[in-house]
Order: sequence, then structure tokens, then C-alpha cells
Amino acid sequence: MTYTITSRCVGTKDESCVTVCPVDCIHDAGEQMMIDPVECIDCGACVPICPVDAIFTEDEVPAEEVDAIGAARSFFRSDGSS
Amino acid sequence: MSPRVLVVGAGPAGLYAAATLAAADVGVDVADRLPTPYGLVRYGVAPDHPKIKSVTRVLARPFSAESVRFLGNVTVGVDLTVADIRGHYDAVVYATGAARGLRPGVPGDDLPGSAPAADFVAWYGGHPDAVSAEELLDARRIAVIGAGNVALDTARMLLKDARALADTELPDAVLAALSRSRVTDVHLIARRGPARAKFTPVELRELGELGVDVLVRPDDLEPSADEAGVVAGDRAARTNVEILREWAGRPGGDAARRLHLWFRTRLVEVCGRDRVDALLLEPGGERLPVDAVLYAIGHRGTPLLGLPFDEVTGTVPHERGRVLGVPGAYVAGWLKRGATGVIGTNKADAGETVASLLADLPGLPRPAEPDPAAVTALLERRGVRPVTWAGWTRLDAHEAELGRRQGRARAKITDLPAMLAICG
Repeated sequence: MTYTITSRCVGTKDESCVTVCPVDCIHDAGEQMMIDPVECIDCGACVPICPVDAIFTEDEVPAEEVDAIGAARSFFRSDGSS
Repeated sequence: MSPRVLVVGAGPAGLYAAATLAAADVGVDVADRLPTPYGLVRYGVAPDHPKIKSVTRVLARPFSAESVRFLGNVTVGVDLTVADIRGHYDAVVYATGAARGLRPGVPGDDLPGSAPAADFVAWYGGHPDAVSAEELLDARRIAVIGAGNVALDTARMLLKDARALADTELPDAVLAALSRSRVTDVHLIARRGPARAKFTPVELRELGELGVDVLVRPDDLEPSADEAGVVAGDRAARTNVEILREWAGRPGGDAARRLHLWFRTRLVEVCGRDRVDALLLEPGGERLPVDAVLYAIGHRGTPLLGLPFDEVTGTVPHERGRVLGVPGAYVAGWLKRGATGVIGTNKADAGETVASLLADLPGLPRPAEPDPAAVTALLERRGVRPVTWAGWTRLDAHEAELGRRQGRARAKITDLPAMLAICG
């Protein structure tokens, strides 16, 4: 299990999530913030603080947003930061 | 010489403060009364949540800098007095947490067979000061009062098949006791309605995956007028209610253990002559027979010498982390904001405190003895041998190696003299 930021973040990128992430695994990915799924420790601190309710566990990501899971995985793989 | 700050308490709040201070070129000593760092990450986070425990890899980072020292096995207020702190440091950050579990304050709440859940957690977490809760596990029916994640952790540890915990870092004695547990029924009793419960959906869902029968009272699922609004506006509340609804729809089973969920139910009395034998609950005046009860209704900090203290909230009064009326003293974590939030909450919290401290630093008087060696020399004269980071690393490696031989994550040493001997 890990957490995923959906496209609801686009246009907001509030970054409150970054201030509470205990392992600094949330990064600016251009249009939106993204969670490094390898570094994430599943604590869920980012979920309630998000002003646009953009963050879900992978199992709970709404159907129309499932692409966000793969997008985060490939972003951090290609980025080399995981 | 760069400014020097003492951080008291090596839990998440203290270590996030240390990291932020170190990044600002401040010399830091982190004192803890135990030889081990990480506070509740080591002694509070449940052993079956290893991924959350892996936050230690980040919390340990400040100690790779030479300007940051660990002073384990040092009790501030005893081994180092307030005057000593003033003499050796520019400022002090208190992050001693909120270790004391509350009792509900109803008649009978201190009968044998009752305890704060915090004590049970400390025991299964291997805290060297913990009292064995083994006797509690003779109970068949145990109530857990509360509606937060501590209540859920407590219920889960009581219900989970001990075999599923064999590969965790549970201390040997705890694992043995849980294997002999006679518990058949756990009653989770919450004053709030399900939409206002404080636990997180992820933790709640885990309870449904233990292979125990979960019994939900259908009436509890009907939202009260004020709860309907909460459910609409709060995804976690909505998800919690959905999970409960799914459980309510499950066919009755014949599992060896059962979890009974009670919402909108208030404990008014713990009954029994020499020990707990029942709980009196409102509304309805129901008498629920139980053999033991654990209170997961919150934690409070303990007053510290020389600091103001709010008895009601169990916190130190402060302004953005500055202790009111005590220049040079700061507070972070649960001692500052009360026992709320998750590990990550402490990063932002400690950040606020350290920002206040750094802003004040130029105006604070310099200590008479800022040399780091002077503190250790003072402790030595008093016969106190601080556990260094290297010392803790030896214990850490010892526990990991012991665990590896037993095929598990870690085998915790829980006896203080033994811990100190391994730290060297």
C-alpha cells in the first residue's frame, strides 16, 4: 500500500503535504505534487491536510484517477530519486 | 563558537527539532532518559506496522553531523539541572511528550483489571519501565474504551493471532504471553458516533482483516442529525462509516475471537468488588460483563521543573513554541500541542518552534560554558555515563542480529541494565 496524489492537485499545489511528510517523499512533479511510492511509509499525514482532498491510498484512488498511480511510479523511476 | 541548544527527548518532535537546528549550524545535544532514541516510534508504534517504523532512517540523520550528539540515559532535571542547562546552552527545546495514559474518572476506574491502554502499549512495545500486562491476558472479555488509533491498536493486538506476530519485533515475553492469551471477546466502546471517531480508515480496515467476527450494532450506523453533515464533508469519516456498514452486512461467523463495536456509548462506572467484573454503560444502563478494561482516551504530559504547565490540557503554555515567561526555553511535539496528530505532524510542529528559537537566538544571553566537552565532563563528575550515538548503534545492531537469527525484524532488549551493558 502507498499513497497517491491525484490530478485534483493540479492548479493548487498547496504543498502543505510537504511540510508534514515525515520522510520528505513528496516532490514537485511539474503540474502537481507526487509521492515517491518507494519512500512513502504509509503514515497518512498528508491526507487530512490536503486542501483539495487529492490524496488517496492506492486502493482508494477513484476510478477516473487510477493513471495517477502509474504516473507516480514512472516519475520516480525515471527521475532516479527512488 | 556556534550557538548550542539542548533538545530534551529523542522522539520524533525532538529529532525533527534537532535536524532543523543542525541545518542552521547550531550545535545540538539530544538528551533522553532512555539509552534508545525514537520515543514512540520505538515504544508506541505497533510492532505489526514496520513500514511506519522505518521513519527512523530519517529521524537518525542529524546524528551523522559531528555537531549533533546523543546523550542517552541522561535524565534532565536530575542528571542535568535547569541551572546546568543555562550554564551550557543558549536555549533548550523540551520535547518530552505525553506518556501518561488517562483514566476516565468514573467510580471504580482504578480497580485491578483496569489500566490505561498506554501501559499496555508500553508493555508490548518493550519499554524498559513497563509493567507486565500478562495478567490482563487471563481475561476472556476485555473492553477498550476510546475511538482513536490507540484504541484500534490495542484491540488489534488483543485480537490478532499471535502466530501472525511471530515475525515482528515484539519482545519474547510479550509474544509468549499473547500466545497464551485466553481473550475471546473485545468490546471497543466509543462515546462518539462512528462519523466522529478519530481513527483513520486504514487502521479501521485492518481490524476487519484479522479473521475475527466483527459485530456492529445496526442502530450505530444511522447517522444522527449532526453527523450527517460530518459524513458529507469528511472523506475519512465517510470511509469509516462505509467500512462499518460493510462489516454489519457480513454473515455471522464462528471465529474463535469476536470484536464488538459500541458507538455513542458512555462508560459511567467500572464495577467489581476486588477486581473488574462489569461495566455500567449509558444510555440504557446496560451492565456489560467483562474481565478487564483498558482506557484509550488520551495522554497527558507531566509537569517539568521550572516550566509553567496547564493541568487541564497537560501541555506547556507557549507562543509559537516559546515557553511563556521562560526566555530561552521552547517546547515541541505532544508537550506543546497535546497528544494529537501523526508522526509527520511533529515535523511542521518542530519547524515552527525552531523558527521561533532561531529568531530569538541573537538576543539570548550566551552560556558561561559553551564548550560541548564541559557538559560531558560535568555528567562524568556526577557518575552519569551518557549513551552516545555509537553506543545506541551497538544496541541497534545487537537487536537486529538477534532478530535475524530468530527470523524476524528485530528482537528488542527490554531490561535497562542489559541495554546499557550492550551500549557499552
